[in-house]
Amino acid sequence: MRELERRSEAASHPFRGATSTRSLTASSAGQVGHAPLALIGKVGRHEEVVAACTGAQALGIHPGMAATHARALVSDLDFRPAEPEVDGALLDRLALLAVRRWSPIAAVSPPDGLWIDLSGCAHLHGGEERFCRRLLAFCRRAGFTARVAVADTAGAAHALARFGKEDLVRVEARATADALAPLPIAALRLAPTALAAARKFGFDRIADLLPVARGPLARRLGLPAITRLDQALGAIAEPITPRDDPEVPIAERRLLEPIGTAEAIEQVMADLLGDLAQVLQAKGLGARSLRLTGLRVDGSEQVVTVGTSRPTREVPHLLRLLKLRIERIDPGMGIEQFRLVAPHTEPLDAVDLGAVLAGETLVRDPSRLVDVIAGRIGVRSVFRLAPVESHVPERAVAHSDPNQMPGDWPSWQRPIRLFARPEPLSRVMALMPDQPPRRFEWRGRTYKVVAGDGPERVHGEWWRREAEVWAVRDYYRVEDDQGGRYWVFRRGDGFEDDTGDLSWWMHGVFG
Amino acid sequence: MYAVADSLPTTIAQLRAVATPAADFRVMPFGIAEIDDRLGAGGLRAGALHEAAALSASLVDDAAATLFLAGIAAREARAAGGPVLWASCRSDLYAPGLSQAGLTAANVIFARPQDDAALLAVIEDAVRDGTPSAIVGEVSRVSMVATRRLQLVAAEADMPVLLLRRPRARDQDPLAEPSAAWTRWRIGSAPSARLSVAGVGRARWSVGLARQRGGESFSLIVEGSDETGRLAVPAELGHRAAETVGTARYAVA
Repeated sequence: MRELERRSEAASHPFRGATSTRSLTASSAGQVGHAPLALIGKVGRHEEVVAACTGAQALGIHPGMAATHARALVSDLDFRPAEPEVDGALLDRLALLAVRRWSPIAAVSPPDGLWIDLSGCAHLHGGEERFCRRLLAFCRRAGFTARVAVADTAGAAHALARFGKEDLVRVEARATADALAPLPIAALRLAPTALAAARKFGFDRIADLLPVARGPLARRLGLPAITRLDQALGAIAEPITPRDDPEVPIAERRLLEPIGTAEAIEQVMADLLGDLAQVLQAKGLGARSLRLTGLRVDGSEQVVTVGTSRPTREVPHLLRLLKLRIERIDPGMGIEQFRLVAPHTEPLDAVDLGAVLAGETLVRDPSRLVDVIAGRIGVRSVFRLAPVESHVPERAVAHSDPNQMPGDWPSWQRPIRLFARPEPLSRVMALMPDQPPRRFEWRGRTYKVVAGDGPERVHGEWWRREAEVWAVRDYYRVEDDQGGRYWVFRRGDGFEDDTGDLSWWMHGVFG
Repeated sequence: MYAVADSLPTTIAQLRAVATPAADFRVMPFGIAEIDDRLGAGGLRAGALHEAAALSASLVDDAAATLFLAGIAAREARAAGGPVLWASCRSDLYAPGLSQAGLTAANVIFARPQDDAALLAVIEDAVRDGTPSAIVGEVSRVSMVATRRLQLVAAEADMPVLLLRRPRARDQDPLAEPSAAWTRWRIGSAPSARLSVAGVGRARWSVGLARQRGGESFSLIVEGSDETGRLAVPAELGHRAAETVGTARYAVA
């Protein structure tokens, strides 16, 4: 029943091999711009046309025609040898792309199609209909002519993609039998002998097979044909074996007995990391992220992930990151299987240590520290503060990657604490236009200023906001009679009204 | 008679050696004789927890305490060549100001945990990691047990852990709580020297050592850290008794 719910899809290339097999971006066969093209392959002992582009088909060349015949018909036909292995490799790459981009369950359906299991994935791509259109558009861009069918079963999708009327066939759930009925028997992926038998008994379309009793049908066409029919109709499950992504390094441990204690899980983590480190070492990779999946005895999975800021395969470091996650694993009645995957890897080769060994640089690599802290409080909570080219104080600082070395700020006097919002000062006594205030009130206290530096004039950044075109702030560093040093500013330069309303603000404190 | 007089200095030296605890740890000298001589080991112990708190609840004293710790961290970073981890739950620290105290942008990694408990965990993780040259944390709620933990890991990793203690409530003295810190400082800002021209002179702080292991407490006025994190002693105050220095406000406090 679950199979019935499954939405499978077969996208095929009717002009298989007609596209250039070397590049995904080659223009599609049949498009204008080149001579008519036909591919010739050896079928049995004959050389036959195995594929022809639309231009060649318009000239009367069709697959299955003897190569010599085709040559005689069209003298300037562009003949090329068919390369089924290269086609297969290309199709495999497409399947890998489908696994990575569209659905975790996607497989090659040889010789010219792809299965993509859409159950549970379609909504991620905007629904089945939309996904199919995007898929067709993608194939068109990549230079393929594609046909897409979506159906409840893999067999039905396979049949409709190859024998359906439209380029895009979408069968509603549980309407499979109706959709299959008008298709020829050949759509059922039958063996040639079964096809010949069907023709002999007068079965032409699938509709002819449906009302016939299964027993006599099996005797005439053979049991495999019945299986194919049932697979297409959904009576027999036909699971798609997904193209696995072998690029992902993986380590797995099955345990003799389920474990549940933190110490035992830690031990398994260390063992798995040891295995994975060897895999990574052999491939010259370093892990940027790790996913540990524990299979509990009740069948559910416990998944924890860690990330690193630089590729690494250092076991103690990764183990420490994973150990931070142990408390998030709920062992329940026990975990009996662990799998450690590195979904994101990057090349990690030997590093030139010359400068470090020679003692010329003392800089330590902070990436391990960053990983440890990010593992505890989150990636966004670890950062460096890097300069931004802006004279407006609150804009001069931006968060940046903690592994990158930022530059430095110009050495204007700056406070150690800067208020996110400047706080208004009241009852300010100051000589206009460019003297620091003599006294001011702030937070209910009166401050008597004994010394001041300034002004440091900061102009508004007219390219950011309309309101800043004329804005000016005059910053003063003042010291009160108690020894407190403050950073205050006045809006406006004291001459032009456009530059500000001459209000005073407190923006920070110096030590 | 003569024999006694000859042997006396050696005896005194021996007695001193017995009386003072063996300083078999690395120290970070301030580079100022006035402070270093009064610290038990001739400087701050490197692998230890040090605490500083603002002299009063005002923001300027808090800023002075921040810069005081930043200066210590900057000198250690310059010597050890590792980054400084600055952990704080707040976001009002202004990095260009920190840069002028010697902690340039390339020298500091910031961590902003959610609360004090996470902050202490981050500090402990970082000390055990061993990459940073010094760690500065701004906290208000630290238990005695937490400070002892930090002191132990800091001693093990030989890495200074500097805590800026914030008061939990207004008018509450953060240094009144017990702590296992090696030294506890009370820092406030002090009036700078009046220049002959208009302007603000080099920042001065009132630095008070409230408690240290193996030494007496003291207080004096120093000039704030320069761009390498070094303090200085005001020239005209250098010869005076430190305890008598300070304005009326600090005499009361």
